[in-house]
Amino acid sequence: MNTLFDKIWDKHVVQAIADGPTQLYIDRLYCHEVTSPQAFDGLRKRGLKCFRPQQIFCMPDHNTPTHDQDKPIEDPVSRKQVDALAVNAREFGLTHYSMMSQDNGIIHVVGPEKGLSLPGMTIVCGDSHTSTHGAVGAIAFGIGTSEVEMVLASQCILQQKPKSMRITIDGKLGTGVTAKDVALYLMSKLTTSGATGYFVEYSGQVVRDMSMEGRLTLCNLSIEMGARGGFVAPDDTTFEYIKGRQFAPKGDDWEKAVAYWRTLKSGDDAVFDKELVFDAADIEPMITYGTNPGMGMGITSAIPKLSDIDDSGRASFAKSLDYMGFKPGERLLGHDVDYVFLGACTNGRIEDFRAFASIVEGRKKADGIVAWLVPGSWAVERQIREEGIDKVLHESGFEIRQPGCSACLAMNDDKVPAGKYAVSTSNRNFEGRQGPGSRTILASPLVAAAAAVTGKITDPRILMQ
Amino acid sequence: MKQKFSVITSTCVPLPLENVDTDQIIPARFLKATDKAGFGDNLFHDWRYNEDGSLKKDFVLNNPVYGGCILVAGKNFGSGSSREHAAWAIAGYGFRVVISSFFADIHKNNELNNFVLPVVVTDSFLQELFASIADNPKTEVEVDLPNQTVLNKATGRSEKFEINSYKKHCLMNGLDDIDYLLQNKDKIEAWERLNK
Repeated sequence: MNTLFDKIWDKHVVQAIADGPTQLYIDRLYCHEVTSPQAFDGLRKRGLKCFRPQQIFCMPDHNTPTHDQDKPIEDPVSRKQVDALAVNAREFGLTHYSMMSQDNGIIHVVGPEKGLSLPGMTIVCGDSHTSTHGAVGAIAFGIGTSEVEMVLASQCILQQKPKSMRITIDGKLGTGVTAKDVALYLMSKLTTSGATGYFVEYSGQVVRDMSMEGRLTLCNLSIEMGARGGFVAPDDTTFEYIKGRQFAPKGDDWEKAVAYWRTLKSGDDAVFDKELVFDAADIEPMITYGTNPGMGMGITSAIPKLSDIDDSGRASFAKSLDYMGFKPGERLLGHDVDYVFLGACTNGRIEDFRAFASIVEGRKKADGIVAWLVPGSWAVERQIREEGIDKVLHESGFEIRQPGCSACLAMNDDKVPAGKYAVSTSNRNFEGRQGPGSRTILASPLVAAAAAVTGKITDPRILMQ
Repeated sequence: MKQKFSVITSTCVPLPLENVDTDQIIPARFLKATDKAGFGDNLFHDWRYNEDGSLKKDFVLNNPVYGGCILVAGKNFGSGSSREHAAWAIAGYGFRVVISSFFADIHKNNELNNFVLPVVVTDSFLQELFASIADNPKTEVEVDLPNQTVLNKATGRSEKFEINSYKKHCLMNGLDDIDYLLQNKDKIEAWERLNK
């Protein structure tokens, strides 16, 4: 009761259906090319228009190649899906940032950086990482395509109200420990289903001290604990980030908006369905060893032994390690790496490129490492050049690719070959996620950079001394 | 996909793995279609087929001993990506019910929106059902939506399962949420006048 989640949710209730879901008003719908075509088809079959087209923004990101974007996409099936989004946006009168547009990028990177995602909003997209936008103090969550169709048709969605959880992380993060490590640590404690049925409010000194980029990373990974979404109450860091962005309120409207946004916090008497408290001192740079994001550990730790695993989970655990080519009880420091991927809606922002560059500066890419550095948007790419980060990366033997989801889910050509190990800043290490047979080790940009210059799993703190 | 739902009695396909994510149900490279047809052919693709397209003999869908329109899966089924293609693949293959002790939220909604019924049972019911199916692959399960019960006919054990009465009404009458929302445009406009 009286949580920030309650305040935003309750304000958006159009009506509650008796012994059923809530009809919730949606302020912002984002559409990408993979999960929207069947929804637009549904509208056409029913003879409907979009109810509030000005609240809907579209952009392709999943299929986009990360090179030669000025040429047609080679894969005809990918091209057809990307083209379909452009046609649908035109037909239904929606804003569309096409692949060649300087506004394009990963939808969860572009939304916040354009000021389209604002505090107090309800935000949805046919994509589980919509939780990212919670970082600005919004209720943001992923939905299925049928639900995309609902929002296109009515700007509403039918949803059960989730339970509320507060995760407090006290203290100060140590050197080399980032928002990504905090998220991987939480997943390793909660498992991939530990927050299912909940919406998470992140709080505590660690979260207050985090930049917006860090909060976007943290909220992005809420879904990997099973939570529908996660958010951070807006504060001066939030307002500073939003101010002046393209779609942010301006002039008097800005003052009014900030005055309202300052009221968006959980009451001192707020009661959460579940409260968890963690200490920053317990968190070190993290890596995953298995095939779900909850299978993570501190980089200096060892993989659990079979005897540490419950009976019912042992078959899945053994299958997972077999897939990864790891053994129970093994330590992974010094293990060979083949690929490094910096990017995705998780870690494709400017701060992530700064972090990566801070490690590789004055060093060289290790022989045999294939590195894909993919900015989350064209705006990030421009800032990389403005700050001269591109020069640092080039001198160390790295090239910067063009924006998109890329190797996070390998719907374009950026596929990790079967059996190869990739240290990835993305969000999922599922079997085959980065290409059939690929083996993914999730980590922060610092750990990815350390792997890129040493060719092995390396504690970045050693390179930061 | 809209079909009316009442009582279903069927043999089952067992998948006793935990944390089966939607990338396994339908890998990303099969998400490029712009319609809903044909996803059933690629259900569990990388567990089901070798690289050359031949069948992996040890995967349960390729074992002729097992069949029916009920999938029984380990806990936390459907985690990860929100892709509704996973529900289209399950429905397209011919499953009408998925039984597990725990479902991921988004996937559960996606199943319901495609007239596939997710049935949440206790862990002990689930383990007993896996044992019954291992013992006799012809074990039948009866899923009774009107009474919200699920019955393991091999052991006679029955459990109630939860579903809100709105969604139950939708499933039993072949209605979807858009039908409902479209009747409520006046309420939506009233909300906008009050809040914008």
